[in-house]
Amino acid sequence: MKLDNIYQEEKKSNLAKVSEIIITMASRPSGFIGLSILIFHVILAFISPYIAPYDFKAINPTLMLQAPSAEYWFGTDDLGRDVFTRTILGGRTALTITFFGSLIALLWGGLLGIFCGLVGGKTDDIVMRIVDAFLSIPWILAMLLIVSLLGTSTEVLIPALGFFYGKGIVRVARAATHDVIAKDFIVSARARGHSNFSIIWNEIIPNVRDAILVEGAMRWSWMLLGFSSLSFLGFGVSPPTPDWGLMISNARGLMSFAYWSVIAPIVGLSSLIIGINLTADAFAKALGIDRSTKAPV
Amino acid sequence: MTEIIQKVKNLSIGFKSKKGEEILILRNISTNIKKGETVGIVGESGSGKSTLALAMMGYVKHGLYTIGGECEFNSSNLLKMKNRDLEKIRGRKIAMIPQNAGQALTPNLKIGYQIDEALQLHSDLKEEEREQKISELLNKVRLPSPETIALRYPHELSGGQQQRVAVAMALAGTPDLLLLDEPTTGLDVTTQAHVLELLNFIAKDTGTSMVYVSHDLGAIAQVSDRIIVMYSGEIVLEGPSRDILKKPIHPYTYGLLKSIPKLSLAGLPQSMPGSQPQPGAIHRGCSFFDRCDFSEEKCKSNSPQLEYLEQLNTSVRCFNHKSLMNDSQVNQTVNKIKTSLQDKEILNISEVSISYAKQNLLDQVLNRISDDNPTVKDININIKKGETIALVGESGSGKSTILKSIAGLLRTKGGIIKFDQKRNLSSDLKERDPNDLRIIQLIFQNPDESLNPNHTVEEIIAQPLKLYFGLKGEELKKNIIELLQKVRLGEFYMSRYPRQLSGGEKQRVAVARAFAAKPDIILCDEVTSALDVSVQAAVLNLLQQLKEDFGTTYIFVSHDLAVVRAISDRVAVLYQGRLCEVGPSKDVYQFPSHPYTEVLLGAVLEPDPDIKPKLVAEDIVEEKPPQKGCSFQGRCSRILGDICKNEIPPWQITNSGNSIRCHIPLKELQKDQIN
Repeated sequence: MKLDNIYQEEKKSNLAKVSEIIITMASRPSGFIGLSILIFHVILAFISPYIAPYDFKAINPTLMLQAPSAEYWFGTDDLGRDVFTRTILGGRTALTITFFGSLIALLWGGLLGIFCGLVGGKTDDIVMRIVDAFLSIPWILAMLLIVSLLGTSTEVLIPALGFFYGKGIVRVARAATHDVIAKDFIVSARARGHSNFSIIWNEIIPNVRDAILVEGAMRWSWMLLGFSSLSFLGFGVSPPTPDWGLMISNARGLMSFAYWSVIAPIVGLSSLIIGINLTADAFAKALGIDRSTKAPV
Repeated sequence: MTEIIQKVKNLSIGFKSKKGEEILILRNISTNIKKGETVGIVGESGSGKSTLALAMMGYVKHGLYTIGGECEFNSSNLLKMKNRDLEKIRGRKIAMIPQNAGQALTPNLKIGYQIDEALQLHSDLKEEEREQKISELLNKVRLPSPETIALRYPHELSGGQQQRVAVAMALAGTPDLLLLDEPTTGLDVTTQAHVLELLNFIAKDTGTSMVYVSHDLGAIAQVSDRIIVMYSGEIVLEGPSRDILKKPIHPYTYGLLKSIPKLSLAGLPQSMPGSQPQPGAIHRGCSFFDRCDFSEEKCKSNSPQLEYLEQLNTSVRCFNHKSLMNDSQVNQTVNKIKTSLQDKEILNISEVSISYAKQNLLDQVLNRISDDNPTVKDININIKKGETIALVGESGSGKSTILKSIAGLLRTKGGIIKFDQKRNLSSDLKERDPNDLRIIQLIFQNPDESLNPNHTVEEIIAQPLKLYFGLKGEELKKNIIELLQKVRLGEFYMSRYPRQLSGGEKQRVAVARAFAAKPDIILCDEVTSALDVSVQAAVLNLLQQLKEDFGTTYIFVSHDLAVVRAISDRVAVLYQGRLCEVGPSKDVYQFPSHPYTEVLLGAVLEPDPDIKPKLVAEDIVEEKPPQKGCSFQGRCSRILGDICKNEIPPWQITNSGNSIRCHIPLKELQKDQIN
């Protein structure tokens, strides 16, 4: 009775489900690499203030643009600050702001998308046209406007990024809802007279949750790139706080003779984005959203 | 001796499970296909019949692989051939006709172009010759005016016409072997009969060998010379078609034939217990052991071998086939249905009409529906308490539409639906109070779609209990267990997800959910058409049992006239959203009947090679009901003339209380139909 255990599998606790998903993700090489990079960055963000060898804002004119050495592993920048210290600290703000930003994006985008998909009709039409209109505005322009009006504090950046990156999630959530909305179990719930809230909570969310989570994970990496672009343009994190976008922006003019001060933040930023992307991919596959890896029969 | 064109030798196909175990889908299959013969492969879903058919053209589905054996065609093993060599055989020597032709045809290419493509690939004809060949092919599959059909797009054809085009494309390469994978399953009964007749004609005309894969013994009986019965990846019975259908010597086939409802018999057929084992679940003994009425101790531990019986020209995989051989015919015994009919009327549907037409702005603002030719019109049915009434018709007849509006899911354009002779049920779901919603429950066609895949059985059945009765905790659990017992499922099913259940079990859960609301009326929308035959009988028996226990009224929608005959007290026949005939089921199945009922009855396929379908009307499909006159005027073979085209026919009532809506006097109808 080989297959019997499949048919007698008990209802699992949520923790067991999550750990099973993570194990499945890590069992693929790409998922393993992605997860390792992401976990490395997250741990680094937590411990970097305690392990940083130097003060990140200590300016030392005598140490300007030193090449990497045993003392200064990644060299120093144009103000004589240690690049290694600044690089390991440089992901903290970006990671925090974009993490909470994507949570907000996920929440409002997901819920609005599900609601539009369920209600349909005129409400859906109107909301979706507004979303489309926002999609047509270049986000960076709008962000610059918001930031220059309201400042670059975290309280402004998180909701602003969350809003702009949630628009795309609305569409995904709505499409995922459309997939299940025609199914008979929704019709059945309607015919029994369940409220819209109960239908969304009990019937739709369990079925669209995976798709929205994967989309949210992808948005996170895009938001990270977006946030770094803002910093690069001088509208994100304000100096002297170390930030990769800002560091790249500062050191880009010196690239020809002091490449080290640019390369370190670039590697930091791109490895984090690659890590998130690979993790999101593996996450989707572990949830069975990727159809190509579906088991036969 | 006739030439053998396909030789399957000891074929095993399977896949590796997550744990690395080899799980077999096909187990040691050997058979030969001779030139010019039609072989039917029959089995329930999961028996491996499609895998076998695909292997016959050298194709193994993604994820599966050949474990052993070969498929020999023209003395070369297809399963070992390179793709480039296979390309030369597929289409030219072996062609395939898929289940759903509508999806197999490219939607944005014209029919003629698509056939031309097939010809370019599979024949050596020049351009001018090809053009002629296209109309030749379309003529051969009996499509009207081939020149115009060739210029149409697939969506401009009906399902039956699309299937004919698929046949024409398959014939383009003049193949030696034609594989048909459930070619008529998605079609209406009348269309199905026409397509089968065409296939028979083509088999005779071209001498092509055919392998016909189907779950439907009725269809297989009409076309095949030889039948292979598959169960759990094995051939359990193989022999001449007539012998197998008349005198099945394997207990599975015997049980299968017994569980198919027949037109000639009212009442429910006997069901086979249990369901087919999952692939890989059986290691020793006969795979049919659990469900077999004839099993003995030795069947449990020893696997029977396929044994060839010279005198019957039949191979059988059973230790006990001799005891079945003496039991000459399938004596179908049916469980007579008890009618629990009461005089009280529970639901009155009067003058109901429903429209799907898009409303213009003014009507939207005024919140009204204006459509002078609605999809469903003039529906008058009074349903008694405890009755099972069946709505019958082909797709597009409006039967599901009527069901939806009774449930409140679809607004009616006019008319009244009255419950218990007192309360009018609003046509808008939001205006019905919770109790009005509770008294009417729905069971859907496909349990895969009607059960939320992310809920356990417990959560699924708990929903109506929580919603209508506010049950919680222990009491809720007690009720769920009770309901599960009522549908013959154990308590341990509570923690399972729908994907862990078989089709029949899922449908039982859906039935339990419907009964959880303690409804007065249950609407059954094609509840058995997604199920295997052996399971279908069990679900029908369950529904009947529950009805007797609870005194529920059923409104039963189906396209299958034999199923309807088995379960219903009364039948309403619909065409294009208009009623044609309403009457007690035993009378509807006798003449005189409405010309449309006659067409439907004629097209029913029975698993008996001696009963051939009668093709009365053309299998054209009408898009819209006619503006005036009789709804069936476009297809009626007994049309009288202008009167049918202009005047809505009157209701005529026979002595037994059967109402027929036709201009032809009953006596004349009866005289014509019996001849």
